Amino acid sequence: MPPILEIRDVSCELGGRPILRHIDLAVEEGETVVLLGRSGSGKTTLLKTVNGLVPASSGEIRFEGRAAAEWDPVAMRRRMGYVIQDAGLFPHWTVEANIALVPRLAKWEPARVAARVETLLDTVGLPPAEFRHRYPLQLSGGERQRVGIARALGADPPLLLFDEPFASLDPITRYELQRQFLDLRRTVRKTALFVTHDVREALLVATRIALVREGSLELVATPPEFLRSTTPEARAFLASLDHNGRAN
Amino acid sequence: MNPSLGAEIVSLSLQHLRLVGITIAIAAAAALPAAVLLARRPAARRWVLGFTNIAQTVPSLALFGFLLPFIGIGEHTAIVALTLYALLPIVRNTLTGILGVDPGVRESALAMGMTPRQILWQVELPLAVPSIVAGLRIATVTTIGTATIAAFIGAGGLGVFLVRGIAMMDKQALLAGALPAAAMALAADEGLEWIERQLSPA
Repeated sequence: MPPILEIRDVSCELGGRPILRHIDLAVEEGETVVLLGRSGSGKTTLLKTVNGLVPASSGEIRFEGRAAAEWDPVAMRRRMGYVIQDAGLFPHWTVEANIALVPRLAKWEPARVAARVETLLDTVGLPPAEFRHRYPLQLSGGERQRVGIARALGADPPLLLFDEPFASLDPITRYELQRQFLDLRRTVRKTALFVTHDVREALLVATRIALVREGSLELVATPPEFLRSTTPEARAFLASLDHNGRAN
Repeated sequence: MNPSLGAEIVSLSLQHLRLVGITIAIAAAAALPAAVLLARRPAARRWVLGFTNIAQTVPSLALFGFLLPFIGIGEHTAIVALTLYALLPIVRNTLTGILGVDPGVRESALAMGMTPRQILWQVELPLAVPSIVAGLRIATVTTIGTATIAAFIGAGGLGVFLVRGIAMMDKQALLAGALPAAAMALAADEGLEWIERQLSPA
């Protein structure tokens, strides 16, 4: 079987400035590949070239064995869940309406949509009776992010894209959601591409870490390999970890 | 106050309301789609907002004067001029509403596979509604005031009392025009503010 996602020699320029340089990366089914990098390294841009929010200047993205250029972008995006920092929920819609977005766009039967919403709320640990009719403003940051994840899982997409989903949460809530992300991966077995600048988070959730530095991939490694790595950027990230460990 | 004055107040108030109603309907019908188009085109935005800004700065009596040779005396001229004034607040507020949608919300909508049309109708416009109603409110209240000047070019309305009151130094006529116009403006302001509150997201 081909990888679910292939990024082949992708470069990207914005306003004449190179953001990504010749990126090659394949994501196999069931993996969680973390794009780790500093602010401005290009990791978020790389994520956005995958669903076409940012067009690649050259190279090719292949999703489910087909070139992105052959996909209808709308149809392709509905097969990629998307979760961002602060969730980006629709403030004028209830939790239920937010989660039902993609199933509704795909014109599912209302009864099936309602059942799906119920299942998803259970999956992310929010009691449906209590939460389905609330508005995003009536939720805590962690609850909003759970709803964001449920919305991304809406129509059971084969790939999930996460853009620093937990970055604005307090450390305790962040840790809870990271644990839940791991549980989710066990139960729903999703493939994910996950952007973060937090090396602890990367080590916790990744099956492989792709280290992005100045628009290039410096290293692609499993967490144990990453811990032993000697590349400069990997050392820099690991040094920050040691320092944090002592400071705590 | 004699009964014929009372009847005149009612009929001129109705005429005034008609002027305002037609003006706001035309202005909204032009301004809302224009704002939606402009929201996607930053370059055109400068030109159109510039034009509506300039239209706003021309004194109303002068604008009525300029239009007279082209459209002549009467209601039509008044409606054209009033509409030009009403455009700016509606366009500007609608734009502010659409452009003020949280970029993260718009990005999620696009990334989850909504089409630009679905984003406009299901996300941007509903979120812009309070701002759009605020624009309609400003436009309505100012039009009620400005429409009194339309009497100078024979368009009728409550301004008829004002023209008469000024010409004949008649305080009663001035009040007969000014008080209903003020009441109308206050009522419109309160009413639209109420609607604005009802439509604000939870």
